Order: sequence, then C-alpha cells, then structure tokens
Amino acid sequence: MSDAEQPTDDHVPGAEEEEFEPIQVFPEAEEMDLRPGADNCYKCSTCDTNCPVAEVDDEFPGPKFQGPEQWRLKRQDDHDVDDSVMKCSNCMRCDSACPSEVPLSQMHNTARGEYVEEQMEKFSREYLRNRILANYRRLAPLAAAFPRTANFVMGLSVTKWMGEKLLGITSEREFPEFATETFREWWTKRGGAKVENPDKRIAYFHGCYSNYNTPEVAKALVRVYEHFGYEIMVPDQSCSGTPMFANGMLEDARRAAETNVRELAAALEDGADIVASCSSCSMSLRQEYPELFDFENTETVAENTWDAVEYLRVHEDLESELEGRSVEGDEFDDFAYHAPCHSRNQGLDGQTIEVLSMIDGIEAHDVGDSCSGISGTYGWKEENYETSMKIGEEMFEHMDAADAQTGLTECPTCSMQMEHGTGYEIKHTLEVLEAALVGSGSAAGGRREAG
Amino acid sequence: MAIEDDVLVIGGGLAGATAALAAADAAPDVRVRLVTYKQSTLRHASGLIDILGYAPGSPEEGPLVDPFDALSDLPEGHPYERVGSEAVREALAFFDDVAGNAYAGDHTDANALVPTHGGTVKPTARYPVSTADGLASDDRDALLVGFETLPDFEAPLAAAHLEAAGAPFSARGATIPFPGIVRDDAKVTRYAHLLDQDETVTTGAREALATTVAERLADESRVGFPAVLGDEHAAEVRADLADALGADVFEVPMGPPSLPGMRLEDLLYDALEDAGVRVTSGVPVIDYETATEADAVAADGGSGADRIDRVVVDRNGTEIPHRADQYVLATGGLVGKGVRSERERVFEPIFDCHVPHAADRYDWFVDNVFGDQPYARFGLASDRDLRPLDAGDEPEFANLRAAGAVLGGYDFAAEKSGAGVSLATGYVAGTRAGEEVGE
Repeated sequence: MSDAEQPTDDHVPGAEEEEFEPIQVFPEAEEMDLRPGADNCYKCSTCDTNCPVAEVDDEFPGPKFQGPEQWRLKRQDDHDVDDSVMKCSNCMRCDSACPSEVPLSQMHNTARGEYVEEQMEKFSREYLRNRILANYRRLAPLAAAFPRTANFVMGLSVTKWMGEKLLGITSEREFPEFATETFREWWTKRGGAKVENPDKRIAYFHGCYSNYNTPEVAKALVRVYEHFGYEIMVPDQSCSGTPMFANGMLEDARRAAETNVRELAAALEDGADIVASCSSCSMSLRQEYPELFDFENTETVAENTWDAVEYLRVHEDLESELEGRSVEGDEFDDFAYHAPCHSRNQGLDGQTIEVLSMIDGIEAHDVGDSCSGISGTYGWKEENYETSMKIGEEMFEHMDAADAQTGLTECPTCSMQMEHGTGYEIKHTLEVLEAALVGSGSAAGGRREAG
Repeated sequence: MAIEDDVLVIGGGLAGATAALAAADAAPDVRVRLVTYKQSTLRHASGLIDILGYAPGSPEEGPLVDPFDALSDLPEGHPYERVGSEAVREALAFFDDVAGNAYAGDHTDANALVPTHGGTVKPTARYPVSTADGLASDDRDALLVGFETLPDFEAPLAAAHLEAAGAPFSARGATIPFPGIVRDDAKVTRYAHLLDQDETVTTGAREALATTVAERLADESRVGFPAVLGDEHAAEVRADLADALGADVFEVPMGPPSLPGMRLEDLLYDALEDAGVRVTSGVPVIDYETATEADAVAADGGSGADRIDRVVVDRNGTEIPHRADQYVLATGGLVGKGVRSERERVFEPIFDCHVPHAADRYDWFVDNVFGDQPYARFGLASDRDLRPLDAGDEPEFANLRAAGAVLGGYDFAAEKSGAGVSLATGYVAGTRAGEEVGE
C-alpha cells in the first residue's frame, strides 16, 4: 500500500498506534529512517527563528535545511551531506521549537555522523582536533595524574599558541583547571557511601567535568543526597557522549554509551534511580541514547534518569526543607542564573529560580532565554570562537545588568562561557543547596581537599 | 510527591498566557504554573489583536466597522457567546494593561485597518506600535520597501494591491539589497539581530539601511518595511531609521515566522515572570488521574463530574506528576495540535474531551477551498463557565476549563477572531480558576 493511500501521522499522542512499515531509504537496515521526520515538517520555520547560530551567521542555512530538507535532497542519492552541518552547535533548541514533532536534533546528529564518516578526511587537522575535543575524557586522566603540572602547562601562552596553530583550538580561552583530587579519588578515600538505605538509592552519573575539574559540585550532590537519607552508588562510567554527538563521532559515542547503559542498568537492578548533576549528561542519557542506540536496557536507563535537583523535588519535599533556611557567609549571595539549553530542552529552565526562592537572603535572577554560545566543544574551535561570542553577547549583557556578582548554571561549558564573558565566578545550583541544607562549613571553597 | 500548584495552565500561547496572568490576578497568593510543550503558534501570528473582522458566515458584507456591535448576533456555541460581550471588553482591557505602550488602538471601539505583506488590509482591534504609522485609513503617501533576499514581501506588488483596494493614499514599492546580507535564505532573526545590535556592515547596519532607502525616497512621509526591524530593541531601531530618513517608519506584518508575534510572546512571558507565574516549558502533558470519589465530593459537594487530581508531564521519558486544584486547557487547535485527527476521528489528546464532528470524514470538509469548512470549527464544546462538555452535554471534569483555539464553534481564520477569542476565553477561564482556588 502506498504512502499516499495510507498517510502516516507520526506518533500522534493518544492515537491508536498502527503498524507502519517504513520505506527502505538506506541500503543498510540498521541505519535510521528519518523519512517520517521529513514528512512531518510543514516548513513553518519556527526552528530557524530559534537557532542561535543562524541569528548571527547567515552562512548557516539553519535547522530546517539541516534536517528535513537535507533528507529530502538525499533521497535523490546524488547529494552528500552539506558541510555546513558542522556549524550546528547541537544546542537542540530546534527540538522544542518544532510544533510538528520533527526530531530535528536526531536528524542533525545522524547527518553529522554521516558527514564525518564519509566526507571528513581522517588525517586532517580538523578531524584530529575534533576527536581530541570530543574525547576529553580520555586525556583527562593524564592531566588528573599530574594536575598541577597540567594546569601550569595548559595555562602557558605558548601552549595556547601551539593549540591554535597546530590544532585550531582557540587561544582566546583559558583551559579549565584540573582538580588536585578527582571526585572518584575522594569517594574512594572516603570509603564510599556514608548512608546505607535499601529503600532510597541513587546511582550518581557524575560525568567528566565534575570528576576531573569541579569535584566540589559532585561532593555537594553527595552531601545533599545523604542529608535526605539516600544511599549513593557511584557506578563505573564513561563520558555521556554529548561532545561526541556534537562532533559527529558516533562510534566513539556508541562505545561510551554501551559502558554507561550496562553499568547504569546494573545499578537499576540494585534498586537505584539514576541522577546526573550536569544538564547535558542527563539530556544525553534521556534523549539521545534512545534516539541513536539500541543496546539492551537503553530505554529503561533513559526512563529512570533524572536531573539531580528535579529528583529531590519529586521524591522529597525539597522546597519545604529549604523554606526559611539561609546561607552563612558572603560566598553565596545573589546570582545571575543562566539556564543551559539542555536544561531548557528538559523543561527545567525555571527550576533553579523556583527552588532557590525558598532560601532566605538568596535571590537568583534569570538572565533570559538566550544561548550562552559555547555549546560544549563548539566555542573552543578557532573558527567558531567569534560566532560563539556573538551568540553569548545577549547573555553577557543581561548578566551585567543583573543585580548580582556571581553566576549560576548547571552546565560546565556554559559556566566557562559565563566566566569568560563577564569575569564572574560561577557556581552550580547543588553547591547552593549544600550550603543551605548542610551548612557552608563543608562547602569547600574552590578546590579544597576536604573529606 | 508531585510538583504542587493551585492552578495549572496547559499551553503557552496567547490563551494560556492570558489564563495564567488572569488566575494570578484573580486572587493573591494563588500559585499558578504554566506548562507548555512546543513553542506556541504566536510565532506564526501576525501580532495583531483581532476581536472580530468579519461577521461569521457573511464575509461578503466586508470588514466590520465596530466588532462589539456584532458580538450579540453570534450563534449559540461561539466562544464569544459563551462568555458574553462584557467579558470580551474586560479581557481586552486586561490585555491593554499588560501590553502598556507596546500596542495601540485602545482609543476607539472601531476596527483599525492594517496593511499586510500581501497588500491586503486587515481589520483589527489592537496593533503593535510598530505598525501604527502604516494604517490604511491614514491618507499620507507611503513608500513600501522590500529586500531582494526576503521573498516574503514583494513591495511593488503589495503597493499595487493597496491602491487597487482603494486605499486613500498613493503607495509605491521599491526593492533594495539589505546591507550586510547576501544570502538568499538568511533567517528573519538574522535581519533583526543585525539591526538590534547595530552590527557593522559598512557603517552601522541601521545607518547603512537608511542610506540605501533614502536614495529611493521621493516625497512620501512614511516608509513601510517588512516586520524584521529588530527584536529586543525594535523601538530604538525604528526611531533611528525615522531620524535618518526624515519620515515615519512602520512595519508591515508578515507571514510566519513573525517577529511581531515573537515580540508579543516575549511581552507575555515577561508579564508572567512579573506576576510570579511559574513556567515549565519544552515538556508535554501526556496523561491525567482523577480524584477518588470521596475526595471529589469533599472538594465540590459532589457535582457528579470527575475531578482531575493530577496530570503527568513527560520529561524526556521520565513521568513527573503535577497536581493542582484547578486546570485550564489551552493547547490550541488543529495547528497548535490541541485538537488532533486520525482518519476515523477527531480527538483531544490529553483528557480525551469530546470533540463534536461528523462520523464520516467526507463530511469534515467542502470542496470549495475557501468555502465554509466544517473542520475549521472543530474543537471542544463548553458551558458558560468554559468547562468542556461531553457527548451528553455534561461537564467532562469539575475542575477543567478550556480556552483559545482548543474550543470549537468558530472559524477564526474566516472571521478574524483568533486573538480575541484567546484573550476573552483565557481571561474568563483563568479568572474563574483563580477565584475558585481563592474560595
């Protein structure tokens, strides 16, 4: 039966599901069929008006082209994926923009994967650079083994100059500092969980950044959750895959995802729910894994993954617990809060403001709905630096105008951009919760090696 | 545990935002939350606020001079008939308060006539200040300016259309290159951003544009541009252009995606933030649970209708319960996907509220494309309290009201009543929900 006689209206919520036999578009059956996504696009261009890159760079044809139009073109077989797909920053704003259920970011990820696979020269500087950036998790242990040396070397202007000249990594940015003790080292030294509770368990997906660079965020999560009586597990884990999707390194992402799904599914078996403190990590586990991979338990892991603050709001009465509490000291005062795109895409952009409003003497000011512009590894590339800063301009303006001297966000790279553009120190929401609930006595300022 | 609020509004368009603002306004200390899934159809919208442009069923009579005169003649079941014309006036006054000086037209009950990008003239009750100098009732001559890279606005054609329609002034169209944009498919947000930030193209973008236009300007005292003149700093952009040109500058509303619609969205969301309404966006409501009989009786003395106890929000696969005392459904119509269809039925996807429609799908439409299409009126039927009615004309739920295009019984595209119905029903549904919590 042809599609014309039996039009498909994809995944209409509430509709009676009928079996749809997708037309074979790709030669290999394991490739995704994005035909329904292209068919659902009615060209309203709402996605284009939400694209932070298209707003500052007319060389970028926008998400409507990258997704649905590119798939229509490719059906004729004589078109390669357009190289402009590498200009997409993977902020995923087009997903929640689309009024017609087109899986735009999934299409972009797939197109980018195909472009890197088939058209990018594997010995090119660009490929090597992207691979290094996407696989920061592989290099980080080296730096973490000699953190002081690494920080010293990475901070040298000669290193930055070499980075730009040899690899095309912008010399405008400061490399993030490595902690003198990783979160996992601290966790082992501490003897693991301090609370045992078979009824309330979480498995913490800490991601790379809070392990190697900002263990204070991970420690804050541990103390906050133990305050509520949770037993915390810290399963073995790899990178969530976010930087790999964004660079079209789908094979690297697949390897990482396989480890994570296996380990996290085992934790689920032990009665734990999964929580993440980084918004891109939770986004990846929840949305991109089921879109791109089909390991056993991928769906189960996705459905049982939570943002760390959201989990406490739903499972505990976090707001009542915070009511009337205040934070000692002047380290925590008012904040200029930026909601990362990946929080926004999970419907969490209002959460931090709501939760912190319960704490006395702390006011978090929302700096608006613009994108920070760094988008993970995107803004680290020499050729994207200017675009990245143009996108961030609105956020910098709003941060300057906000009645606060400290920034607040849940995303590691957003925090780099916020610091880079304003010079503010940047905190994570969990650090504020820790200070309010457990007391700032244990809120290690900076990189203190406290237990 | 669930996320707890007093009033929960589902849908973030004009109706939903108005309902949330009205609920917050109705009773102090009421906790209001708005949950919205995809971006609203405000981005498709012209940004004009229409009450009623044409009498339903008789478009041949031409645009209505006074929309309020016509409200009393509307058929039973039309959303305006449900809420009453007094509520329409109150809602419009409420909007005027929210919009402040961003909108004009509140000096009269009569419809204004705003030229559109097709050169047609649209009857409307309120219009963005950016369009104020472009009114068709104004007899000053106008130059319309289009851009080579923006095919949605063909200025000479629009000017010819306006003159053919009998506008009381002479209109001329000119097409120019937009300084700083060479690509054929640059987005409307790119034009707006260039002007907003006054980016350097040769000189600043605003100056460069004014210089290019000045060469084409004869003795016209006003100049119309496609509605891409800035986003966050639109007023400043217009003022700069007007100064440089020595003429008044106005915008011509465009098709989707539409900056005036986006600016209206921003205005509403700023107002929501100021009113303390909590907004959760990017996630759909997928299911609901009703209260047990005992709870329902305790809550409303046993009206017989079920009570919604909680709804389920799907957050990337995780189900998050949200509980409130009162609910407003403002998920839009066929375009906003608050009303959906399959081959055999038309339905409302969240609460499965009854949508009256013919059993045979060949009766859903007529062959004349511009004829009186039954599907255009598909939506929920409601009582005068805006509670959706089931097939037996009884309220589906005791604590659910509906607002905006999810309601049926009117054809907003034909009668030009989309924004007005969203405002009036949003205002009434939100106010009643807020009051009921406050009791």
